[in-house]
Amino acid sequence: MKLTEKEIEIVELLEKHARLPIDTMAKMVSLSVSEVEDIIKKLEEAKVIVQYATIVDWRKVDGHEGVTAMIDVKVTPKRGVGFDEVAERIYRFPEVKSVYLMSGAYDLSVVIEGRSMSEIAHFVSEKLSTLDSVISTTTHFILKKYKHDGTVFEQGDQDRRIVVAP
Amino acid sequence: MQKTKTYVSDTVSRLKPSGIRRFFDLAASMEGVISLGVGEPDFITPWSVREACILSLEQGYTSYTANAGLWELRKEISDYLARRFHVLYDPADEIIVTVGASQALDVSLRAIVNPGDEVIVVEPSFVSYAPLVSLAGGVPIPIQTSGKHQFKLQPEQIEQVVTPKTKALIICSPNNPTGAVLNAEELMQIAHIVEKHDLLVISDEIYAELCYDEQYTSFPAIDRMRERTILINGFSKGFAMTGWRLGFIAAPRDFATAMLKIHQYTMMCAPTMAQYAAIEALQNGAADVEQMKKSYRQRRNFFVQSLNEIGLSCHMPGGAFYAFPSIQSTGMTSEQFAERLLLEEKVAVVPGHVFGRSGEGYIRCSYASSLEQLQEAIRRMKRFLERL
Ligand SMILES: Cc1ncc(COP(=O)(O)O)c(C=O)c1O
Repeated sequence: MKLTEKEIEIVELLEKHARLPIDTMAKMVSLSVSEVEDIIKKLEEAKVIVQYATIVDWRKVDGHEGVTAMIDVKVTPKRGVGFDEVAERIYRFPEVKSVYLMSGAYDLSVVIEGRSMSEIAHFVSEKLSTLDSVISTTTHFILKKYKHDGTVFEQGDQDRRIVVAP
Repeated sequence: MQKTKTYVSDTVSRLKPSGIRRFFDLAASMEGVISLGVGEPDFITPWSVREACILSLEQGYTSYTANAGLWELRKEISDYLARRFHVLYDPADEIIVTVGASQALDVSLRAIVNPGDEVIVVEPSFVSYAPLVSLAGGVPIPIQTSGKHQFKLQPEQIEQVVTPKTKALIICSPNNPTGAVLNAEELMQIAHIVEKHDLLVISDEIYAELCYDEQYTSFPAIDRMRERTILINGFSKGFAMTGWRLGFIAAPRDFATAMLKIHQYTMMCAPTMAQYAAIEALQNGAADVEQMKKSYRQRRNFFVQSLNEIGLSCHMPGGAFYAFPSIQSTGMTSEQFAERLLLEEKVAVVPGHVFGRSGEGYIRCSYASSLEQLQEAIRRMKRFLERL
């Protein structure tokens, strides 16, 4: 699908700030509110805009700190469906947040979130390793999130400029 | 024994302190102020540029450079000017790396002005031009552009002030404070008059990277103008590097040689670590510049349209990051407007008259602030206007 420059601008703005008011956005790209609405509707229907999600810093919420792990998974691809079938079996689990097919030393990179390390260990040993095509797994627990999807968590973003300058 | 004389020179005694200063002091003393008074990017210098500087320090590049600047940087500047603006300068003896465009202006003026020479300054203008002309021993001759012409210099205005003593004309496009951009055709008309009266042009192109609606034309790219132009540019605005204090001059050999004499005795060279950072900026910074430019353009569109909606009429500025709306409908002077807006709604803007007589009736608002700040500023200004 080929997008115009303004459509790309709108997608980029929403990608950074999904709650940007439409009238503000319309001014920023010099279009009318209804034109922007039409573009967004079109892009949603075409699934170019897939979802509006929120980046949450769960560490700040008592009892919801949680654990995230990245698991390197080696699998045997299947004739005809390659990696897709096993990838699907994995991503259907709701605790799996993302699944990527990778080049390099392993095949699938799986990101999983759980309430505790033992919960994740349980998932790996009971659900993941037991899948027929899975050859091996290596689990890495995330110790601290500095930046996620382009957003820095603890940003010291105060304005250091002097208030009036030539 | 008591001091009996005034030791400060007459030239300096006569200089007026910058009108911006008073506002700065007032705004700085208040809490919760949204400042649209800042004449610099709100972006931090791109990380790759900062990182290049850190690396140069780790490697111990802390000594002086050649007076004109690092050879590698001058070559990069020469390539950049050719690539971006289609103007050719020899890095060997036509480019000087300076301490900001500010020093470039100072050196340029001192290199060309004889006592009493007149230099035309197009107002509203950057606040340093006239004082720098005076400090160089010259006489600044203001021209007042008007809102009627979107603050674009009209060529015939030059003719109205030219005298046998006129040496040079300073132009600045995109302009601080009006954001006005002169296109190729308008520059050609100016060039025609410049040639007719055998003038020199100091072209301050510090905002050249921030030109939003049309292809930018550099003055020395106009036919026959290279030989009578001192081109000034730098890293402060486009590359978000104000604090690094790095700019440059590009000029024909005879001027550059003269300017280098001043530069070598007064400055030795521009800061070495900033020069290493600038090499990275020119080699790999184009995508960052493009990204920042896009963001300024979006904020400009939002801010200027919003100003017009709340009743402050404002032309769409072609470049830089300033909106220059008229406040004449309020019946206040720029100073009264800016002061009351600051005290009553805590929004700091710069009253237009500090940039020259024709700035009266206008205020300068920098839209190099976060969108949230701009939205809040508009809300406050709307409330302020409704109360009047
Ligand atoms: C028109 C103009 N010229 C020159 C300068 C000075 O720039 P620099 O930081 O390179 O000294 C400024 C800064 O505000 C400016 O607005």
